[in-house]
Amino acid sequence: MIEFRTVTKKFPDGTVAVDELSLVIPARQTTVLVGSSGSGKTTILRMINRMVEKTSGDIEIDGEDIYALNPVKLRRSIGYVMQNSGLLPHRKVIDNVTTVPVLNGVKKAQAREAALTLLDTVGLDRSLAERYPSQLSGGQQQRVGVARGLAADPNILLMDEPFGAVDPIVRSELQQELIRIQRDLGKTIVFVTHDIDEAFLLGDQVVLLEKGGRIAQQGTPAEILSRPTSDFVATFIGADRGRRALRVEVVNGRNVVVDEDGRPTGVLQS
Amino acid sequence: MDLFLDGFAWIFDPAHLSGPGGIWARIAEQLSYTFGAVAIAAVIAIPLGLWIGHTGRGRDIAVLSSGGLRALPSLGLLIIFALGIGIGFKAPLLTFVILAIPSLLSGAYAGVEAVDKRTVDAARAQGMTEWQVLTKVELPLGLPLLIGGIRSGVLQVVATATLAYFASGGALGVFINDGLKTRDYAELIGASIVVTALALVLEGIFALLQRLFVPRGVTAGQITEVRSRPVRPRAVVGSPIQEGK
Repeated sequence: MIEFRTVTKKFPDGTVAVDELSLVIPARQTTVLVGSSGSGKTTILRMINRMVEKTSGDIEIDGEDIYALNPVKLRRSIGYVMQNSGLLPHRKVIDNVTTVPVLNGVKKAQAREAALTLLDTVGLDRSLAERYPSQLSGGQQQRVGVARGLAADPNILLMDEPFGAVDPIVRSELQQELIRIQRDLGKTIVFVTHDIDEAFLLGDQVVLLEKGGRIAQQGTPAEILSRPTSDFVATFIGADRGRRALRVEVVNGRNVVVDEDGRPTGVLQS
Repeated sequence: MDLFLDGFAWIFDPAHLSGPGGIWARIAEQLSYTFGAVAIAAVIAIPLGLWIGHTGRGRDIAVLSSGGLRALPSLGLLIIFALGIGIGFKAPLLTFVILAIPSLLSGAYAGVEAVDKRTVDAARAQGMTEWQVLTKVELPLGLPLLIGGIRSGVLQVVATATLAYFASGGALGVFINDGLKTRDYAELIGASIVVTALALVLEGIFALLQRLFVPRGVTAGQITEVRSRPVRPRAVVGSPIQEGK
């Protein structure tokens, strides 16, 4: 469990990116932080591994103040996956994946063995292990990024718009892959995106953020869809434009669900 | 043209080649100045340059002062040092160290600065210490530019080391000076050809080194891009689906 208590982040230029945020991120679930740019979502994410230092407030992981820990040690215990993969271009795929275990002192041969298994986990062929990142497609690079994030078997995985830079078809593949991995591994995932569809697809809990890191609404996708608490939320999830407004039409005596354009999406089972 | 032939004849005259004060001995002095000065400059400038590149601190001062150092006339500096610490090899060496520092300094910090900030950020976020970020990420990726700095420092010093004779410091400038004074143009041109050849050889060696030190992953990507990417990007560039592996 990750807990933010009245956390503020003020940048040196005076911008308040996050203003007195209080948030509980439950363990072994996926929490998606969603908001448009300037909503402070990435800042919140990066405060968890101290890539951004808080200005005030408390941040705890499982009841322990993260400022009582050495930041390097903290980061090695938390997986981090970023947009554009952030792989080291001069290291082979396998060596990128073993980065953190090797830093932690795991023997190289052992780390490599584990890394090959991780390539299987993220759906990459083992033959790619000896390639360099620049020889892979964008989607493959992101998979390597996920494998690297998982390599030290962290409890927490931070994902900063990891699928933002790949095309829609690959993005959808990667999303499904992440859902499958999460079903198997049950990590505490904190996922940042500006794409509300992605948030609803991946999140057990969705945190919708307004400017300055203020929580506009927080809850399961179903809770947010069923009762948007403000116009901002309604606009963001598209409810004001009739998006996601499904209705039932009776066809041949059965209840057919149709979307906002009147296209059938399925049949209600009674 | 005859003068050049005379120059070559002078070079390959066995009487000029060997012995103390012969061409080989002077080449050895010229190279000693070059590598000695660059080595000393490297000890000073490379750690400083890496620190500036890594932290981003002191960059303006480094740019200004290396610009200033570059503008110093080596001959004037040499004479001042010779007056101060006497003639011999020390004054020229000191002059050439100062000559080499700006190239090495800017090569080092430019190399580190040129590394993609996102790569550095990712390395730090994985839990690398600042030292590991520098030695495992910034240094290997910045190495081509760093070696470029050493390369230009070496070339500047090897060309300028002919000035050493002004402080009775030996090296190939001795022949040029002798040739000039005694109007022995064969000697003058012969010595100039040797200096030029020496510079070209060093240039070739460093060009090769620089190429060798480009990290393999960086070139690997460039090569495949040339081969496998169509001129227009494909609509879908996906990874092969390998479900269940």
